[in-house]
Amino acid sequence: MKYAFYPGCSLESTAWDFDKSTRALCKALNIELIDVPDWVCCGSTPAHSSNASLAVALPVINLQKAQAAGFSEVLTACASCYARLRTANYKVNNDPAERERAQRITEKPYDGSVKVRHILDVLVNDLGVREIRKRVQAPLKGLRVASYYGCLLSRPSEVVAFDDSEHPTCMDDLVKAAGAQAVDWPFKTECCGASLSISKTGVVNRLGYRLLSMAHRAGAECIVVACPLCQLNLDFRQPEAKKQGKVSFPSSTWERGDSDVPDIPVVYITQLLGLALGLKPDALGLDALTISADAIATAAAGGR
Amino acid sequence: MNAVNSTPVGTVSPKPSRQIEWADPAFLREVERRSGAPVSACFQCHKCSSGCPVGPEMDLLSSQIMRLINLGAKDEVLESEAIWSCASCEACTARCPMGIDIAAVMDTLRMMAVERKAAIADTRGSSFNRAFLTSVRWHGRVFEAGMMALYKLISRDFFSDMEKLPKMLAKRKLSFLPHFSRSARQVRKAFRRAEEEEKKR
Repeated sequence: MKYAFYPGCSLESTAWDFDKSTRALCKALNIELIDVPDWVCCGSTPAHSSNASLAVALPVINLQKAQAAGFSEVLTACASCYARLRTANYKVNNDPAERERAQRITEKPYDGSVKVRHILDVLVNDLGVREIRKRVQAPLKGLRVASYYGCLLSRPSEVVAFDDSEHPTCMDDLVKAAGAQAVDWPFKTECCGASLSISKTGVVNRLGYRLLSMAHRAGAECIVVACPLCQLNLDFRQPEAKKQGKVSFPSSTWERGDSDVPDIPVVYITQLLGLALGLKPDALGLDALTISADAIATAAAGGR
Repeated sequence: MNAVNSTPVGTVSPKPSRQIEWADPAFLREVERRSGAPVSACFQCHKCSSGCPVGPEMDLLSSQIMRLINLGAKDEVLESEAIWSCASCEACTARCPMGIDIAAVMDTLRMMAVERKAAIADTRGSSFNRAFLTSVRWHGRVFEAGMMALYKLISRDFFSDMEKLPKMLAKRKLSFLPHFSRSARQVRKAFRRAEEEEKKR
């Protein structure tokens, strides 16, 4: 299997471990990734909240580049890039005015035919859970994992979803394939605050605390994600989120009696699967995590 | 609003009530045209507000914003903090029984608020957008360290997250060298044209 790969800006900086683990996992599973040549930023949330024409044109530039390089499918790991590329395709395909506008801005025609796929979609629907299970060498026995899908892989369903948009299960299936236990919890597609991370950090910390606390109460020892912003907000900001949680959610509210959430590692699905496939923690960038997942790695290596 | 603001979650204090200006009957039409969303179809079921993750942090809930747009209350809507609290998670859009793309309406409102250059309730959101897009315009990709420095200059929000900087560096999450795309010039051109296109809408 061969795909054009669109890494996106996060995978070059804050989420370099997502980049590393995605490439390592794909290599181990014989999925060939060729970077889209000279790719540019998709514009993310700032573009669609500031300039609607730009929000379509930037993704279209990348899809044109992939097409010119001879690819009909582009794979992304970042959930935000995925949603922006899918949305641009959807608009180009459904609104002739948008298509013409994109052509005027990029000076090139684009027919909307390049398929945009997320790594989760490819793992579950192209390769298959069964195939992955066969290759697991270090099953993560007994590890209780909460799968957190977030917003951008789920909504709006007609544009982005490859799974149920309110109750997705594809990542849970992968978690089970890795030999771990998938815990059922109600906040699978709740929002982490996403790009408010910088402009409204307090909001993000409160939302992060709710997610961490709920995952903890559902019995999870670990949260698995497929989005750089979800990971940053839940892992990098976890110490502050817990502090904020104690202030914002006193014991009288519904979060009662649970201000003390332990450290919960938040890993990418590519890192979790990589460990189960027997890849070394170094090859998966586990050292980028704020809350260490070394215990999981050791357990996988030694077999619990 | 009282029910919302009495929860310990919220950080927003209720605004003093004021007379709604019925000044702008064109407001609804403009929002509908630019967002492509049929805001006039809203029948106030409040499904958007009840599923909104940042509802407790908002001075106006999304269903209230839909109502105010229908009433033509332009100032109340464009000067609200709520449009900058929206995280674009699209839960409202996905669940609206009338198929109103509420997240797209929020995008349109943010653009209109910036265009008008008057009384933005929270300038950190628009400052972040400006800093981010400037970085993309220059480099073709986001250059985090430059973007953060610019954000702090524009927003004057100098001290937030500074304590996080050493950890960012230790974890190699922040680089002091920009990532250039070789298509940076093409991107700059696209920005210029996209700005012209926006004026035509």
